[in-house]
Parts: sequence; structure tokens; C-alpha cells
Amino acid sequence: MNVTVKYFAVCHEMLDRSEEEMDLPEGATVKTILKRLEEEWPEIAEFYEVMQMSVNWEYATENTELAEGDEVALIPPVTGGCDV
Amino acid sequence: MFKITTEVITGAEVREAVEGPDAGAVVLFFGTVRNNTDGRAVKCLEYEAYPPMAEKKMSEIAQEISEKWGLDRVAMVHRVGKLEIGEVSVAVAVASPHRKDGFEACKYAMDRLKQIVPIWKREIWADGEAEWVKPDAVFFDAPKGHKTGLQTD
Repeated sequence: MNVTVKYFAVCHEMLDRSEEEMDLPEGATVKTILKRLEEEWPEIAEFYEVMQMSVNWEYATENTELAEGDEVALIPPVTGGCDV
Repeated sequence: MFKITTEVITGAEVREAVEGPDAGAVVLFFGTVRNNTDGRAVKCLEYEAYPPMAEKKMSEIAQEISEKWGLDRVAMVHRVGKLEIGEVSVAVAVASPHRKDGFEACKYAMDRLKQIVPIWKREIWADGEAEWVKPDAVFFDAPKGHKTGLQTD
């Protein structure tokens, strides 16, 4: 199945791309994507602890199962607004 | 109204979105770009967002406010891109029959926005360096030696 994976902020910089299509096996979860990214860029694993994932605009866990056409995103710690 | 925009925020857009005859108060909050962080001079800020998810999360915050205070007119707009010192990065408006609930709900909206809305801020320091901001004000950036995808000029 094909899913779209989006990268923002520091993830965008680390991976040098803002999104990509991934062809995943049936039964794949969010963790399947994380493992694949780790193979390409081992340092990204350091950020997993503080990062969240989303599937179709909703926060997800590593175990969230994926389906054809899903939009997945790596969400670094959010820092919108202002510091007051 | 829940919006990510590249346009200048005036406040009129969020105020007009919430005003109505039963409002006794409209609380309006602006977040603005400050010229320093802990004393270090800031040249400008860059904001990046995940717009569809950010707008969805903003609407969920409004739903939480509706459940907690019974207020149904909340508007939020956050700007992205490069912002200069003094410019408005975020505006929140809450209409309420009485001011107390409006102030509380507006504060709640900003607190929640900073927790769950996918928006990121990068500080461009006056000395030319740039860093993504972490929520606890400690900075991190891509590992050294890797080409960065974003221009900081």
C-alpha cells in the first residue's frame, strides 16, 4: 500500500525533503515508517523520544495501523504562538 | 474561524468572526515577535505549520472551550513564514456574555494552542545563526554536517 509521509521543521531539515510516498507491506504500522527512516538516518532515532506522529491529521501511536492513502506526519515538539 | 495564513494579521478578522449581539465582551489576544530571547538579540522568526492538522486542532480547542465555558464563538489565526520584530504571529478572539469567562477561555486557547497545534518556530538570531525552538526553550537543530533544507538568510 502507498502512504504519504510528511516532514516538518527539524525533520524536514534532517531528511532534506518535506514529503514522500512510501510503499509499505500490508499490516504496516507507524513503527514501520520509523524503522525505515532510521535505516536511512540513524540520528533521527534520537528525536523519536520527543516527537509525535500523526495519521490523517490526528495524533497517533507507533502501533497505529496504516491503510492505503493515509497521510502520516512526523511532528517535532510544537512551538506555535509566543513565549508569554 | 481557524486559519493558518501567510497574510499580515490585523485582529479585525478574528474579532469579526466572533462578534454578535449577545456578547458583552470580546477578548482579543495577540502574540507578537519579540526582539530577544533570554537577552539574546533576535533578528526575525520563521514559523512553519502543518495547515490542515493545525486548523483541525484549533477547532478541537474551540470545542473544548464550548464544553468548559459554554462559549461557542472562538476564532484563531496563526501566521507562517518570516515575521519581523513586532509583527503579530497569532491572534485569538473569544466572545462571551461576561468578561471573566472570556479572559479565562482566551488564556486556555493559547495554552492549548502551544500544546497540540502543529506549528514550529525558528529563531533567526541577530548574529546570523538559526535554531528551531523546543517547548522548554532549549534549542536543537539538525545534526551538524548535514545540508539544511531551509534558507535562513
